Amino acid sequence: MRHIVSLLVENEAGALSRISGLFSARGYNIESLTVATTEDQTLSRMTIITNGSDRIIEQITKQLNKLVDVVKLQDFTEGNFIEREMMFVKVKALGESQRSEVKRLSDIFRARIIDVTDTTFCIELTGSGNKLDAYIKAMHESNVIEVVRSGAMGILRGDKALTI
Amino acid sequence: MELSGSEIIIQFLKDEGVEFLFGYPGGAVLHIYDALHKQGDVKHILVRHEQGATHAADGYARATGKPGVCLVTSGPGATNAITGIATAYMDSIPLVVITGQVPSHAIGNDAFQEVDAVGISRPCVKHNFLVKDLNKLASTLKKAFFIATTGRPGPVVVDIPKDITAPHIKIPYEYPKQISIRSYNPNVKGHPRQIKRAVELLLSARRPMIYAGGGVIMAEASKELRKFVRHLGYPITQTLMGLGAFPGTDPQFIGMLGMHGTYEANMAMHDCDVLIAIGARFDDRITGVNSKFCPYAKIIHIDIDPASISKTINADIPIVGGAKQVLTEMIKIIGKSKPTDSAAIKTWWKKIKSWQDQKSFAYETKKGLIQPQAAIEELYKVTAGDAYITSDVGQHQMFAAQFYPFDEPRRWINSGGLGTMGFGLPAAMGVKLAFPDKDVACVTGEGSIQMCIQELSTCLQYDIPVKIINLNNRYLGMVRQWQEFFYEKRYSHVYMDSLPDFVKLAEAYGHVGIQVENPDDLHDAMKEAFALKDRTVFLDIITDREANVYPMISSGKAHNEMDLSPLQQKVQASLKANGETA
Repeated sequence: MRHIVSLLVENEAGALSRISGLFSARGYNIESLTVATTEDQTLSRMTIITNGSDRIIEQITKQLNKLVDVVKLQDFTEGNFIEREMMFVKVKALGESQRSEVKRLSDIFRARIIDVTDTTFCIELTGSGNKLDAYIKAMHESNVIEVVRSGAMGILRGDKALTI
Repeated sequence: MELSGSEIIIQFLKDEGVEFLFGYPGGAVLHIYDALHKQGDVKHILVRHEQGATHAADGYARATGKPGVCLVTSGPGATNAITGIATAYMDSIPLVVITGQVPSHAIGNDAFQEVDAVGISRPCVKHNFLVKDLNKLASTLKKAFFIATTGRPGPVVVDIPKDITAPHIKIPYEYPKQISIRSYNPNVKGHPRQIKRAVELLLSARRPMIYAGGGVIMAEASKELRKFVRHLGYPITQTLMGLGAFPGTDPQFIGMLGMHGTYEANMAMHDCDVLIAIGARFDDRITGVNSKFCPYAKIIHIDIDPASISKTINADIPIVGGAKQVLTEMIKIIGKSKPTDSAAIKTWWKKIKSWQDQKSFAYETKKGLIQPQAAIEELYKVTAGDAYITSDVGQHQMFAAQFYPFDEPRRWINSGGLGTMGFGLPAAMGVKLAFPDKDVACVTGEGSIQMCIQELSTCLQYDIPVKIINLNNRYLGMVRQWQEFFYEKRYSHVYMDSLPDFVKLAEAYGHVGIQVENPDDLHDAMKEAFALKDRTVFLDIITDREANVYPMISSGKAHNEMDLSPLQQKVQASLKANGETA
């Protein structure tokens, strides 16, 4: 099953490789991993999307918790949370009909065109992974020049929070 | 007090109470070695190879319970130390390894003797540090010792660039007595409700089994374990790492379990209805096939490392906590209560006795040939069971574990998890340095001993008189045994041709060498070796070449599907013929 695990880790050199190294050394899957510092400069926030049986997921969270650099960790999957991913897509935009079609499609998905040339559009889109997939599918593969995805990040709904 | 980085390191080690520093100098640690030269408190032991330094520190740590400390240079110094670091990691041994690093400005430039020590050691350390700021040197060292010795212990590497140790840059130093790490707070106190549930289950057991591991020794919980086991009157088995936690000669101890454990311990594991694991991690050499492991048992698992619980075998009652604290709590709750079904326990013991009657360690003697088992029995006799025994890895290791019962913890020093050949001799040095008045013997084979034989030189330099008990069968015995059983005796590259003359070799290193080939001479040779109190003695025992370790659980088999020795199969057949079933 797919799980979304959120971590607070010490913002120190090597912390990221400890975590990615744990996944490769123990043969766990990593679908995506995002990381950036928080409002507290000594902490980084990481969101990992992984999958595995309940037993594997239990081991993943225990092994992550065991790392000295991991300050706090929560598996969001069981709870109520918001998940978003960001994507940039560069697409071919040649001629009036194609350009307006791309624009129309982007409006439907509430995407924004953030850069324009005579022959291309660059589009920014935020949403769940499924939504991003759907957008690319709708765009037709042959028109897509380049895709950049951030990987998912998550936050708990309501007044609950992953803080120290 | 204003000190340079190098002086801080040495002063810190002194303040931390470090007696011995096992090391090897080199370019990146020259400043530290200069500071070391100017003091007399921390005793440096110059090994002959960095692997020897880590194993020696490891042996010291296992025997004393204190952290072992190493100092090695950058690049090859660090990489040579990796095997020893990984060995300590697998067995949860507290080690602090200081590695020199090229100067900060040169890091990443493929400088001479540069290796990413933090990166290369990451998968086999509990934690590691690269010191980038002289002002954080002392606190980082304190963190390293704190992390290495608390919770589930393990090795910590501190990588220190050369410029941090420069003699002319001095800063104020104060020993950091306390340190706290917000992300590291190991829990030692078990959950009270879980402990209560576990006690209830234990007391209601009809076929109970206690399975104790190295965690009991790490936690200094032998006393509590003994009290606990004796009060309940239940059978106890121990892992290779746990031997000595409970006395090996006590009738309640039914032998080591696992691949080369006793018949009775493994049969009891298979048939038990309640299993309590204390500081043991259900290693694959213990469990065999997970799906066939303890099929009738409810399992209680006490471990300080949450990740060890339900990792391979699901625990019905998991208890995260230190063995000492949890056992103390359990003893308190049990109070004067006794097992509820004493008749069932009696029947259980009867069953176990019938398994014990099989004498699964019985071995055949052959005229004119020394059996390796007999050599260990002789070692036990001559040392009155009171020696510190280190071992290398292979058949000799199993024979030592089987035939030298340990009555005290920290007496049996071996590489259980990683199975590192070459561990025994340097580990014995570490033990002997810690306990100069005790007999320390390294049980080894002609294969293993050659992996760290250079340390014989260190033994002479620092006057560390250990006894080397070399079970010499001219084969890499354990590999040969597997080739005999599973590869139709195709002995692929396991014959040690052109072996050195170990007697002459020992003499060349300045020690005493004794070779013994005849069983009749074994006792006198062993006596002579230990009578030479202040000499390192290499006792080269020529043993039966094709002796095998029995009993054995082959891969894919369950605990009740052990392979017995040919001799024991005969015993079993005759028992059956007499109508006694096991």
